[in-house]
Amino acid sequence: MDWLLNNIVTLTIFTPIIGALIVFLLPDDEKWIIRRSTFFLSMVPLALSLTMWFIWADQYRGMAGMFHFTQQVEWFPAIGASYHVGVDGISLPMILLSTVLTPLAILASFNIEDKTKMFMVLLLMMEGAMIGLFASLDLMIFFIFWEIGLVPIYFLIRIWGGKDRVYASFKFFIYTMAGSLGLLLSVQIMGLSTGTFDIPQLMDVWVNMDSQTFLETTGLGLTNVKILAYAAFFVAFAIKVPIWPFHTWLPDAHTQAPTAGSMILAGVLLKLGAYGFIRLVIPMFPEQAHATAGLLATLGMLSIVLGGFAAFGQWDFKRLVAYSSINHMGFVVLGIAVMAYVYGIDTETNPALRLDAIMATNGAVLQMINHGLSAAGMFFLVGVIYERAHTRDLKRFGGIWSIMPVYGGILIFTSMASLGLPGLNGFVGEFMITRGAWGPFYVQVAFSMIGLLMTGAYILKGIGEVLHGPTKKEWAALPKMTFMEHVVIWPLMIMMLVLGIWPQAVLAIINDTVTLLF
Amino acid sequence: MIESGFPFLSVITISPIVAAIIMLLMPKERGTEVKVLALGTMILGLVLSAYVYFGYLGNLPPADALWADKLAFVEEYNWIPSIGFGYIAGVDGMSATLVFLTALVGLGGTLISWGITDRTREFYAFFMLLVAGVHGVFIAVDGLMLFFFYELAVLPMYVMIVIWGWKSRREYAAMKLTLYLLIGSFVSIIAFLVLYFQMDTLGVTRTFDLRVWSELQFPFETQVIWFMPMFMGFIVLAGMFPFHNWSPDGHVAAPTAVSMIHAGVLMKLGAYAAMRMGVQMLPEGTVYWMPFVIILTTINVVYGALIAMRQNDMKYMIGYSSVSHMGLVAMGFATMTLNGFVGAGIQMVSHGIMTALFFTIVGIIYDRAHSRDMTVLSGMMKPLPWAMVAFSISSLVSMGMPGFSGFIAEFPIFMGIWEGNALNFGPTPNTFLGLNPAAFYDIVALLSVLGIVLTAAYLLRAITSVFFGEYNPKEWEDMRPILPIDKVVIVLFIVCMVAIGMFPNVIAPIVESGVQPVAARVNEAMANTQNMQTVSDSAGQAVSGLIRFLSGS
Repeated sequence: MDWLLNNIVTLTIFTPIIGALIVFLLPDDEKWIIRRSTFFLSMVPLALSLTMWFIWADQYRGMAGMFHFTQQVEWFPAIGASYHVGVDGISLPMILLSTVLTPLAILASFNIEDKTKMFMVLLLMMEGAMIGLFASLDLMIFFIFWEIGLVPIYFLIRIWGGKDRVYASFKFFIYTMAGSLGLLLSVQIMGLSTGTFDIPQLMDVWVNMDSQTFLETTGLGLTNVKILAYAAFFVAFAIKVPIWPFHTWLPDAHTQAPTAGSMILAGVLLKLGAYGFIRLVIPMFPEQAHATAGLLATLGMLSIVLGGFAAFGQWDFKRLVAYSSINHMGFVVLGIAVMAYVYGIDTETNPALRLDAIMATNGAVLQMINHGLSAAGMFFLVGVIYERAHTRDLKRFGGIWSIMPVYGGILIFTSMASLGLPGLNGFVGEFMITRGAWGPFYVQVAFSMIGLLMTGAYILKGIGEVLHGPTKKEWAALPKMTFMEHVVIWPLMIMMLVLGIWPQAVLAIINDTVTLLF
Repeated sequence: MIESGFPFLSVITISPIVAAIIMLLMPKERGTEVKVLALGTMILGLVLSAYVYFGYLGNLPPADALWADKLAFVEEYNWIPSIGFGYIAGVDGMSATLVFLTALVGLGGTLISWGITDRTREFYAFFMLLVAGVHGVFIAVDGLMLFFFYELAVLPMYVMIVIWGWKSRREYAAMKLTLYLLIGSFVSIIAFLVLYFQMDTLGVTRTFDLRVWSELQFPFETQVIWFMPMFMGFIVLAGMFPFHNWSPDGHVAAPTAVSMIHAGVLMKLGAYAAMRMGVQMLPEGTVYWMPFVIILTTINVVYGALIAMRQNDMKYMIGYSSVSHMGLVAMGFATMTLNGFVGAGIQMVSHGIMTALFFTIVGIIYDRAHSRDMTVLSGMMKPLPWAMVAFSISSLVSMGMPGFSGFIAEFPIFMGIWEGNALNFGPTPNTFLGLNPAAFYDIVALLSVLGIVLTAAYLLRAITSVFFGEYNPKEWEDMRPILPIDKVVIVLFIVCMVAIGMFPNVIAPIVESGVQPVAARVNEAMANTQNMQTVSDSAGQAVSGLIRFLSGS
């Protein structure tokens, strides 16, 4: 038991990867075994992350110290990198989100007949990379998981994707990889000048770096490097979030990805970018982040507004949901902008600002979870209808409700959660963010309300075009939702409802860490 | 240091030569016996070199020891004592690693050529000679011995390409390759002999023993004149721009096993010898020339990747990608920092395994599809899923994906460049063209990092067009599944790349221990040259010195 608790984070990261190896060794043709064993293997990390969650809720509530379950092992001493993992109140919910969504994505892809084994292996690898990224407390380890996570999703889109998969997967890969080049160079400079890649140490040493010693190790000026490195970090993570104007890879990748791929992509992968902002960008560059917080808020506002308008203009159902991700992640960015504004400045004289920041940061993390749940649900429901109708063209749909009433109800429920109806999860996060951001960024918040209006408009458009209107003859024979599909969507719906009614279940732990930040 | 009664290094090096002689004595039709003998020799080599490698890794000498004290498994016999020529074998961290790599790739090459039917006996005999030559260079602690094995490695290449190579290009490619390499080593040996005859003036008895050489301090001017011939002569074999264009032709024309050895270890031979004979023996010359060399390596990295992007022939693409990646090795040297050297050392190993795997896969595909044209090949994932997985993994290594060995290598190199950026030689640097590292190394880092994205782009394109897409069984009549023996090779290589990527500790300390004396000498020289009153601060003077020398005045 002690051994388990000491290694629990490592186990959570590597059980999916070991699982992938196990599945890889199964015979190709035994699809029944492959599917079920993948599903059960993905329950192991879920159990582990739930264990961490309950231990935290039981023992670590309100305790000092940011990180728990930490573990540090020497890894690459020649350059000063170590294998250092651990979780705090921000990464633990993210890990839980990944471990919850992966089994559901696996269930959702039980109907994959082409190269089943490889698909399942990639999904498990993906899960390991995501958990590893959330848990890493060393920049090198972080970067490894950051880059390695690209590979499975590239192949998922490339092999099982839609018509334009070649273009979409290539664009996605090169876009993200090019974005992380600056990150790579900055990480090197940071590690070189401080002699460590350890994130908790860097948060102190790098931030308070003395410009004279810095000049001696790299021959560069510290101020300029900080500005450039900040820009590089910013761009790398902004692409992943994605923040307008770095978002153009997203609609293509999402639309072309297979259902499970979209679920993971929207559910967890986009959060990697936002998580990078919270874990790295702001703590490492507090001054630069403070100076550009207004810009970040404005970009967030533009993401909300333009994402909303773009979604409204779509006639491809999946593309509509894809743009809605940009719209929703814009709120996360807005919350992060408040964190950037307040982090590292003295709030003694202005306690209200501190409360704003805590509120907005809590909201941003909560919104990440909420969007993870509802976007995964929406993409799954799009997949359900696409599989039956073989089209996603909203103009061709209509009157589906009378044919598939249960599906209609579920779609409306999920859409409403996505729209932010009070009582469902979306509302809580968006409310907290706008409330927290109102103080420093009331102009941006005011404009982003236009985006919120558009959210209502495009959600209703989606529902209306698919479900309502006269029933078209060509859809009269659509089969009902299968049992397996219900198994995927119900857990998501229950979580949406629970988080809407009782957000404190998650917020308590998020808040533990967020209050320590300011 | 590790002393042992058993001559490990000599057995590793000589056993392939003995095997080659036995093979040639065997009757022609005994193809299977020849193969088994070759396999046995290679396995013996692998086991012994693994013992040497892990023995050294488990018993690393103190970091600041002299190079002579870091050598292990030393064997020393007089040969021609009157001129100071002896058979001295020994390994430091770097060469122990490369010996292990050679044994590994040699075994892979033996297995992958199992299906060869045309003159099997001669093929394996030459292959054994090639492996022996490469091993010999890595274990040599005597200058002449190093040259001896260096030539021994080049000549079988020529024969193998001409006889078993790709029909339409083989004569041209083999001749081009041999001429480039021989002229290169000719230039180096002139430099080496000139320095040998200058040893008297330093008050040292003339000897070829590199342990003595590694402590010599030739006058600055001598070093400046002879560094480039020495360094460039060897680095030609590592595909340094502008002397790189023999390499893709050679790769393409060679049979699979030879391409593997060629890209996998032979190119490392050039880099290793350039480091050992050039950088280590002439550190002040290194400091004078390296800021210029790094410009060439940047061209290597970026230009190589750009040409690779334009290729339609898979083998040419990989050939140019080798040029690009070996540029990173030379760039590691040119940073003149410990991190750079460590990265260069790891990159040699990483690139060695990765390209060997690339050529294995291309060979497998070519044997079955009889084409390497990426515009023709399509849907190869269906008949050859193993090839697809292996090609993808080596692509990931190649583009420096974290978690694989390529990242572990590239990361310290780039760190080295940033550190090199701190080397400020003052307003009038005592270097070629007055280049000051502090002035432009950061630009080098920014430019060469582009190589990573370019690599990703051309490799993704290759994966996409060759392995995905429509597969038409009728088009490929000769298609058959991969042999189990090929799978063994593939798994062997992948395990190595992943192991290095996940646990850099299996390689980083030993490489670091090997390159430390070199880096220390360069560091020391840096202080010397820059404090010295400018002796020869212009390229013109260096060149005129060379001309003066050649004209005998």
